Amino acid sequence: MNDTAAIPPLDHAAKEKTLFGFWVYLMTDCLLFGSLFATYAVLHGNTFGGLAAGDLFNMPVALAETLILLTSSFCCGLAMLAVQAGRKRQALLWLGFTAALGLTFLTFEIREFAQLVADGDSWARSGFLSAFFTLVGTHGLHITIGLLWLGVLVWQVIHRGFTKHVVRRLTLFSMFWHFLDVIWIFIFTVVYLMGALRI
Amino acid sequence: MNDLLHFIFGKLSLNAIPHVPMTLGAGIGMLLALGSLIGFVTYLKRWKWLWAEWFTSLDPKKIGTMYLIVATIMLLRGFSDVMLMRVQQALSVGSSHGIVDAATFQQIFSAHGSIMIFFVAMGLMFGLINLVVPLQIGARDVAFPFLNSISFWLFTAGMIIINCPMVLGEFSAAGWLAYPPLSELAYSPGVGVDYWIWSLQIAGVGSLLSGVNFLVTIIKMRAPGMKMMRLPIFSWSVLITMVMVIFAFPILTATLGMLYLDRSMGMHFFTADGGGNMMMYVNLIWAWGHPEVYILVLPAFGVFSEIVATFSRKRLFGYASMVGALSAIAFFSFIVWLHHFFTMGAGSDVNAFFGIMTMIIGIPTGVKIFNWLFTMFRGRIKFTSPMIWFLGFVFLFTTGGMSGVMLAIPGIDYQVHNSLFLVAHFHTMIISGVVFGLFAGVTYWFPKIFGFSLHEGLGKAAAWCWIIGFIFAFGPLYILGLMGATRRLDHYDSIHGWQTLFIVAGVGAMIVGLGIVCQLLQIFFSIKNRKKNLDTTGDPWNGRTLEWSTVSPAPFYNYAVIPTITDRDQFWEDKQSGKIHEPKQYADIKLPKNTGVGVIVGGLSFLVGFAAVWHLAWLAIAGVLATIIILIIHLSRDDNEYTISAEELKKLDTPRKEQLA
Repeated sequence: MNDTAAIPPLDHAAKEKTLFGFWVYLMTDCLLFGSLFATYAVLHGNTFGGLAAGDLFNMPVALAETLILLTSSFCCGLAMLAVQAGRKRQALLWLGFTAALGLTFLTFEIREFAQLVADGDSWARSGFLSAFFTLVGTHGLHITIGLLWLGVLVWQVIHRGFTKHVVRRLTLFSMFWHFLDVIWIFIFTVVYLMGALRI
Repeated sequence: MNDLLHFIFGKLSLNAIPHVPMTLGAGIGMLLALGSLIGFVTYLKRWKWLWAEWFTSLDPKKIGTMYLIVATIMLLRGFSDVMLMRVQQALSVGSSHGIVDAATFQQIFSAHGSIMIFFVAMGLMFGLINLVVPLQIGARDVAFPFLNSISFWLFTAGMIIINCPMVLGEFSAAGWLAYPPLSELAYSPGVGVDYWIWSLQIAGVGSLLSGVNFLVTIIKMRAPGMKMMRLPIFSWSVLITMVMVIFAFPILTATLGMLYLDRSMGMHFFTADGGGNMMMYVNLIWAWGHPEVYILVLPAFGVFSEIVATFSRKRLFGYASMVGALSAIAFFSFIVWLHHFFTMGAGSDVNAFFGIMTMIIGIPTGVKIFNWLFTMFRGRIKFTSPMIWFLGFVFLFTTGGMSGVMLAIPGIDYQVHNSLFLVAHFHTMIISGVVFGLFAGVTYWFPKIFGFSLHEGLGKAAAWCWIIGFIFAFGPLYILGLMGATRRLDHYDSIHGWQTLFIVAGVGAMIVGLGIVCQLLQIFFSIKNRKKNLDTTGDPWNGRTLEWSTVSPAPFYNYAVIPTITDRDQFWEDKQSGKIHEPKQYADIKLPKNTGVGVIVGGLSFLVGFAAVWHLAWLAIAGVLATIIILIIHLSRDDNEYTISAEELKKLDTPRKEQLA
């Protein structure tokens, strides 16, 4: 109904403070992933007689996951453009795509995990698989939290419209979602591509 | 039936109640103390007041005070562990086996280290930062007041978890850093290590959030005109410390998480079998742990810089070089972690690199020591109790630093690794650096927060007891270490001839204990006779920085009108030029509303941690879900601030203005 209503003026200093704080938080998260990556790098050869990365992972699926998550992030960017233009229906549409693709990604990942466990290659099999499940699983956990957050935000957009608080929260969410994309690119490179190349 | 019981109670059973008389006694004593405290508050009918004025408060001055109270109680807990260890080591020689068995002794030293670092040193540090930083930079609050409350209650939840083993189960026997494979399930099958993991995990997340909060506070909320090079030096030290917190604590979170996954999910990160790598843990934990000790000491350096300048009546010597030295220390602290385990055998090239980097840290630290001494040079020095702490610090810290440079040489380290020489070294750095610094800071800023100053005589007596007691307690440990005494000994043979020195160390610890008694008396008498020590001026020490320009105790809004900054020692310059800030134009101000969500999230985190320790899956899941729901509800609120109108503010501020004039 108020599809083209302009965004109310923002309390600029407060918003800037929050965005900066969220950036810093994202950097701490980045370091958390950094520790897990370092552990994976050290342990990835410790297969304890089990299969190695190159034998285990399904590359087409990993590539599909990557493309799905990147598209989700792209939709999130389009949603933010719509938010800035004050177009509510359009924003909700793109946020819906973001969520649907995120959910698809998560489904792929859970299926991959379930397959590995069913084949006897669970996290308890070797140091390498412990590191794999923890690194990729932590990313998946972040995606899950992001989807929950997105659900709350969609509810807020529908019921409250683009108030300054809702817009601020959407901005933070989009930062979070893009950040998870960046982390996934590293996972795709370090875990899947380098695994396939047996580096 | 058994399955159901296991589902409900996890690993909990009646056997979890401690059997060792000493632990049982301590546990009952702790419960009695807690019970009488609860009874006392109920008798005074102060619960409502506690809830409304303190637990739900988002005022950093109140949160800081609560940090100090928790840290003080934990200091007493950690110190009672000290006395047990000292008595044990003084008596347990030859055919005598002292007062506790080996298993209990291991839990005592593990608890001592963990509590002293996480709940005393970190608590005092974050307490002081909360009290001082917003005032010092001319802000009304921190950047994220609600997050600040969450941080404090996570810290408190961690504190409660680490004290649970006194009444339920056992504590970790794997030392304060719980090296695997000893800390793995195969060798520590009990719940002790899990208690350790979850206590530190929850408190650590609180510290990390505080790190983000105060970094943003200092960068974004300085008073107009306060450029970075006009920032008071204590706030500078806090800023750099927070950067280190942000870099270091995520590593701790990840490492503790992996250790718990090993123990609970059968993973193989650090196990001896299954393709684990235990040295990965040691690397990771020190990649956090080494910066951590600098995280503790840098704010103490900041405190001393303020104190020396104030009580020498001089501008701080070499302000810019102080900032540079702080930054350099922070940088180097991240590339020296391997010196904690030269004996891993990484090879002489690796060891040489880390040894040299370690020695280099001595240079910026030396710069700071000389800057303090030059600040004192030709100053009009007043020997107040903060200055006594400072002088004790300079003497002890420099000697401790020299023993550190010795330890930085891999060849020497191979000889004294894991000996009491090392124990003496790091206690010198942490007690004289961190503890003395934070005590001095609390004494110095106490009148600003509470409106009256602490009793000087007892303060000086406490400082002297700590300094002298320290020398007697740790001097012998240096010698014992060189004689070959390893750390964590619960028993030794009389043939070594160590007993006399252990007895001297025990006497030293008692003198330190006397110092603690002096401090407790000091707090008691200062509160009882507060009318005599009232700070009516707001500026009891003839201070230099902004916080002394507002009244004591600082009002909940800190400054009615945010001052404009033109100089590094703004308040000093204003006093010299006769231009003390006069509030000119009042405007509406916004402050955060109190909220109980921080307490609830802290309580739920405790439950989740407790559930994780005892494998109570239903409780853990319920706790996590409840936390998520509460956070969603709270964070969806838009009206978390209230406004004080200019008129109200003027009314609130007027009597204070007269007081200042």
